[in-house]
Parts: sequence; structure tokens; C-alpha cells
Amino acid sequence: MEYVFKAENISFSYYTLQGEQNVLKDISFGIKQGEFVSIAGPSGCGKSTMLSIMAGLIKPQNGKTKTKDGLKTGYMLQQDYLFEWRSVFSNALLGAEIKGTITEETKEYAKSLFEKYGLTEFMYKKPSALSGGMRQRAALIRTLVPKPDILLLDEPFSALDYQNRLNVSREISSIIKKENKTAVMVTHDISEAISVSDRVIVFSKIPAVIKNEFEIDMPYDSLRRDNPKFTKYFNEIWKELQ
Amino acid sequence: MNDSSFNQREFIRKIRLRKRTVLFFQCAILVLFFALWQFCADMGIIDSFIFSSPKEILFCAYSMIFTNSLIFHTFVTSAETVAGFLISTLLGTGIAVILWQSSFLNEIFQPYLVVLNSVPKTALAPIIIVWVGNNINSIIVVALLTSVVVSILNILSAFNETDKNMIKLIYTLGGNKKDVLFKVVLPANIPAVMNTLKVNTGLSFIGTIIGEMLVAKYGLGYLIIYGSQIFRLDMVMMSVIILAILSTVLYKGIVILENKIVSKVM
Repeated sequence: MEYVFKAENISFSYYTLQGEQNVLKDISFGIKQGEFVSIAGPSGCGKSTMLSIMAGLIKPQNGKTKTKDGLKTGYMLQQDYLFEWRSVFSNALLGAEIKGTITEETKEYAKSLFEKYGLTEFMYKKPSALSGGMRQRAALIRTLVPKPDILLLDEPFSALDYQNRLNVSREISSIIKKENKTAVMVTHDISEAISVSDRVIVFSKIPAVIKNEFEIDMPYDSLRRDNPKFTKYFNEIWKELQ
Repeated sequence: MNDSSFNQREFIRKIRLRKRTVLFFQCAILVLFFALWQFCADMGIIDSFIFSSPKEILFCAYSMIFTNSLIFHTFVTSAETVAGFLISTLLGTGIAVILWQSSFLNEIFQPYLVVLNSVPKTALAPIIIVWVGNNINSIIVVALLTSVVVSILNILSAFNETDKNMIKLIYTLGGNKKDVLFKVVLPANIPAVMNTLKVNTGLSFIGTIIGEMLVAKYGLGYLIIYGSQIFRLDMVMMSVIILAILSTVLYKGIVILENKIVSKVM
């Protein structure tokens, strides 16, 4: 299968007056078309830094990223960050607005997403009128409107409480599957990674190297957490993280 | 909520009673203060030539409305103050934007801002009057000067505390610094700017009165200085009371405006 994204020998350091902190060390991996990959690792291991590099927000000091020509990335942050001074709909159009590409077509596309994911009646409300899960869906729509080829998710559910988290992560991941998007998700929650991904890449503590990779060989459905393989994967990944 | 319980109604009743009691005492203190003042003046306990009395103040206000255009004096002071704090807030926001977009410039100008902020702006009033001239413009400049530096500092610190992730969001959507400014930093800080406007009303009043005391032929500051020079303490006291009412009205007006705007955008 064709790779849409490749990281080759990526190294990254933060520099401060107190000294240099090497967070990523010689990281290489590839992402295939349509794949859902999770990057798991301990807190502060540079997973988010890796995602920022993939999004082109920062440049690695060493190594390079290779992408398919004209690849568009979409980024989802830890919280929804919907702007309270805009309606939910106008929040969703933010990307198009910045790119100066608001047309009737984009508006229609955004509306169709709202309809598909059950938010039509909240479109012209303020974000504060929405529940946590609804806000997360709205944030996903905002990411989807510019039609990205690859979605980068930075612990997108970590701001939600446990109950919501299970539902929302199921919801969001099934939307991503339905839209047939390639996705890379960063998380420190092993069970979350296993329940939504095709593949889990495990990062070590900093300076992070890739410790191991796991192909998750389970049918993608809401029953994954009940599959006996789930526990097996969980234990294996958990061991890697120790 | 027709079927609210007895306890709920009792709770509401207690809160209302408390509110009314507080208002009663607030009014009582005011009435008592003026009554006592009048009583002391009438009984000769205080010298009403020096301390004036509520009756004289009222009489002074009544006569000045017709003969000395008191309303015009009040209007001039309000206009100067409003001009002062509006210009100061706009200018403060503008300069804050410039310093926000370049942390290099910000670093260079930090010590100057700190020094300018601690200089008593009233000390600059005589200089401004020499430079700008003996007119209403110099009063507005003094009013502006008293609040502009603190506006810059307040707004800039609010700008710099804008949620980093909201800014990151703009960059992830392919935006640049201009987008960050117009889509996040400015709208997110409307409450901070409104708050600065509120602080500026008070400061701007100080500047206006100082300016009027130094140069003006009109305004409440002029009346205060003029009254004290000719020993018309009733005129001085009256001006001070009008000033107190004026500043309260203006402040409340800004608060109402703030609530309207903030509830609309936030």
C-alpha cells in the first residue's frame, strides 16, 4: 500500500537557557492511505511535538518528512477551542475563512456535515449551548471542512470525563472511518489507542525512540473492548511503556 | 415556577428583605449626612463661610443654572473626559497591537513604559499646556495622558495571555499572524478592552480636572478653582457634588455598555 506520509530519522530538541532538551531521537515511520494510527507513550514524551512536525507547525533539526504532493493536514487539539464569539457554524468555517475559500459549495459541505452528525439544530447557536461531546463533534467538523487528506489528533478526548470519553472517541473515530480519512492520533491512553486504531506506535520516554509497533488485528466495531485480544494487546503495550 | 416550595419562597423573601434593608441604610446615611451638615451650619457649630451648607449649595446650583450656565460647565467637563478616555482606549489598543506583534519592540519599550507609567501624569500637565496651548485640546491631551500608558500595559498583558492553543488552532488551519490578531487576539480580548475603558473613565476625569484647574475658562474644574479663589465655598462644594454624580453616571453607563457588548460577543 502507498504511504501518504513518511517520517525519516526525525530528531527534535527544545533549546532553553537552562540547556538543551532532546525530545525526539531518530524517529522513522510511515502512514498508509486510509490507516488509523495511534502514537502512544508516556506523558511528555514528545508525541505532540511529533504531531506538530507532521502538521508543519515546527521544523525538526534533523531528518525530514515526506508527503504525497499537495497533502492537506487537518489538526485537532486537546480541547475543542470553539470561539464563543462566533456561532458553531461560523466556527466550522474558520479554516475556509482563513484560506479565503468560503463559497456556497463549502457552506453546503459544512451544512451537510452538520446534518450527518446530528448538529443541524445547533448550527447557529453559541458553542456554550453544546454538550462536551457535541462540541468535540463540531470541532471535528471544523477540521473536516477544508477536506484534509490526513487528520492529526492530539489527545482529542483528554478534556472529557471518562463516560463521555468512551462515547465521544467511538463517535469521532467512526466519523473518521466513514469519511474514509487517514488519521494519526496521539494518546497516553492505551485502551483508547487499541479501540480505535489499525496500528499503534509506542514511543519511549524522552528522548523518544520508537519502542515497538503493533498491528491491531481486530474487526473495527464498537465491540473491540470486549474482544479477548483487547486484553492481550493492552498487556503487551503496557509492558512496552514500563 | 408557580409551584415553588415554601422554603424557596422564604429564601427569595429573605434576599429581597436584605436588599431593601441595605438600600434603606445607604439612603439614610446620605440624608443624615446632609441633615447633620445643615444642622451644624444653622446652629453655628461650623462656620458656613468655610464649610458652606446643603441649602447654600442648592441655592447656588439653582442660581447658576440660569445666570452662569452651569449645564454648559458640566457638559464641557463630560465632553473632555469622554474624548480623553475614548481616544486613550483606542490609542492604547493600537499601540498594544504594535507591541504584541513584535516581541522585539515590546522588549525594547518595556522599561520606557514602566517609567512612564510611574511618572505622575499631572506633573506633565503644565508642559502639555505650554506645548499644546491654552485651550480645550490641551485638557483632552492631559486627560488622555493620564490613562494611555496604563491602557497600553493592561491591554498588552491581556493580549499576551491569550490562550496559546487558540492561537495554535489558527496556525493549524493555515493562518498567519494577521489571522491570529483578527480572528483570536482582538475578539478574545474585547472584555479586557471594555474593562480598560472602565478604568480609564476615572483616570480621564483626574486629567480633565487638573487641566481645567490650570487653564480653562469653563468646566467643573474651573468652577472649583475659581470658587476657592473668591471664597465661594458653596460653588466649590456644588461642583464637587456634580462631579461625583457625573463620574458615577458615566461609570455606570460604561458598565451597562460593557455588559451588553460582552454578552453579545462572549
